[in-house]
Amino acid sequence: MSGRTPVGLFDRLVRLPPFLWLAAFFLLPFAITLKISLSEPATAIPPYLPVLDWRAGLDGWSAFLEALNFDNYLTLYADPLYRDAALGSLAYAGVASLILVALGTPLAYALARAPSRWQPLLVALVIVPFWTSFLIRIYAWIAILKPEGLLNLALRRVGLIDAPLTILNTDAAVIVGLVYAYLPFMVLPLYAVMNRLDPTLREVAADLGAAPSRVFWTVTVPLSLPGIAAGAGLCFIPMVGEFVIPDLLGGSETLMLGRVLWTEFFSNRDWPLASAVAVLILAIVIGPVVLFRDSLRAGEGEAP
Amino acid sequence: MTWVTRTALAAGLGFLYGPIAVLIVYSFNASPLVTVWGGFSTRWYGALLSDAPLLAAAWVSLKVAILASLLATILGTLAALALERQGRFRGRALFTGLVFGPIVMPEVMIGLSLLLMFIGIGLDRGLVTIVIAHTTFCTGFVTVVVGARLRGLDRSLEEAAADLGAAPARVLMTVTLPLLAPALAAGALLAFTLSLDDLVISSFVSGPGSTTLPMRLYSQVRLGVNPEINAASTLLVGLVSVAVLLASWLTARRGHG
Repeated sequence: MSGRTPVGLFDRLVRLPPFLWLAAFFLLPFAITLKISLSEPATAIPPYLPVLDWRAGLDGWSAFLEALNFDNYLTLYADPLYRDAALGSLAYAGVASLILVALGTPLAYALARAPSRWQPLLVALVIVPFWTSFLIRIYAWIAILKPEGLLNLALRRVGLIDAPLTILNTDAAVIVGLVYAYLPFMVLPLYAVMNRLDPTLREVAADLGAAPSRVFWTVTVPLSLPGIAAGAGLCFIPMVGEFVIPDLLGGSETLMLGRVLWTEFFSNRDWPLASAVAVLILAIVIGPVVLFRDSLRAGEGEAP
Repeated sequence: MTWVTRTALAAGLGFLYGPIAVLIVYSFNASPLVTVWGGFSTRWYGALLSDAPLLAAAWVSLKVAILASLLATILGTLAALALERQGRFRGRALFTGLVFGPIVMPEVMIGLSLLLMFIGIGLDRGLVTIVIAHTTFCTGFVTVVVGARLRGLDRSLEEAAADLGAAPARVLMTVTLPLLAPALAAGALLAFTLSLDDLVISSFVSGPGSTTLPMRLYSQVRLGVNPEINAASTLLVGLVSVAVLLASWLTARRGHG
């Protein structure tokens, strides 16, 4: 019984590594991004000004702080491109979230009502696509939606249309991609809530003469609202910053913040402006993130 | 089950799996035109084997995924232990935010901010920076998986060991971790597939010579649909499906570990 570590010290040693890692590689980078968003672009390495001169002490700090400015944010505000991208992101993510609620609710309900010995398998089947490559799942839609693709082929075969519809590179394709990619994110937290609902409530309503659809709308849906809100929030947040889906399925006029950030950074090499776009995305999603922090843990806990 | 719920299930799963099925079927298409069926062939799988840049990218991805999933499993498990076993501690809200934030934070933001930091501290972009970035965004997912298992774990075993005089580190190593083993494996597999799959964050933090598989596939996809990508995708989907089945089998053995 020698050298026993006090429990308090041991606890601290357990949380220190993840805390230090995430403070260094998640929190600190955001602080740096915030700083660079207040800088000016420059033809230098790194391509922005000012750069803090650590060795100059206090004078270096004051010179550094004086050179910071809000020009990039004024550009974001004044240039319609960025306003449209912000509104576009909100619109795409909002519409997709609504469709996800409409599609995810019946699916989650069906999962929760399936025989219990089938439920683990069915839940696993919903999760597998979430683990499967995002890029590949979006790529699969190109072959389906393009003018000479499978959807147009099928529609022409059954005689619904004469000329191929243009779906790829339109808003509709972006929405289809968003809904498809995020459906498991919507269904899992919702299923977790619906699965825990007390079945006697449904039975009582049915015994009192309510039709199954009435039971669903007046008992199950109101009680599942926390799950619906959590699922919609979990989907909305990452969709606002989505890049791959608008880039592959959208057209040149599909404006979303994630894609604008990518273009500013990789094509225009305007790092300060790209950083300002990143801060703007953060400003949009920070509310929902805080709101859904707890449901995130509860909902994701159902994953394998 | 009524016919309504049965239809909802069939439609939902059909929607989720239809596009993947199309992708797999057309990877065996003899015709180079993706939507015209030209007979069964495995020629595109053969073409994969001689695609040197693709194989090099796959090798980079594999190395990154192994290292990142290892690191994320260690950090994520420690975070889960802190959140599930330590009750209230100072800075718990911040700690929770740091662990779960990367799960929902848009990838472009994680990628951009990490890159800006790497450049700020003068760290050359390459394998190391990709591993750091992937570890950062995978840790929270491991915590979710391991935390769920920890919550369901009978604490009396740990308490008994502590009562018998085992130091906290000894309880962790000889009681808690062995009981957690299936969740650790499941968490590591999840981190592995997430790392293998990442495109956006890797694109920001990778340097010349460290192109990952998704980055290579993406540059091909932008040029249009081609059956060789279908073949590569089919192999990836197969690999991931095996990993998921393994992980859900491991977590399904609750209480038997």
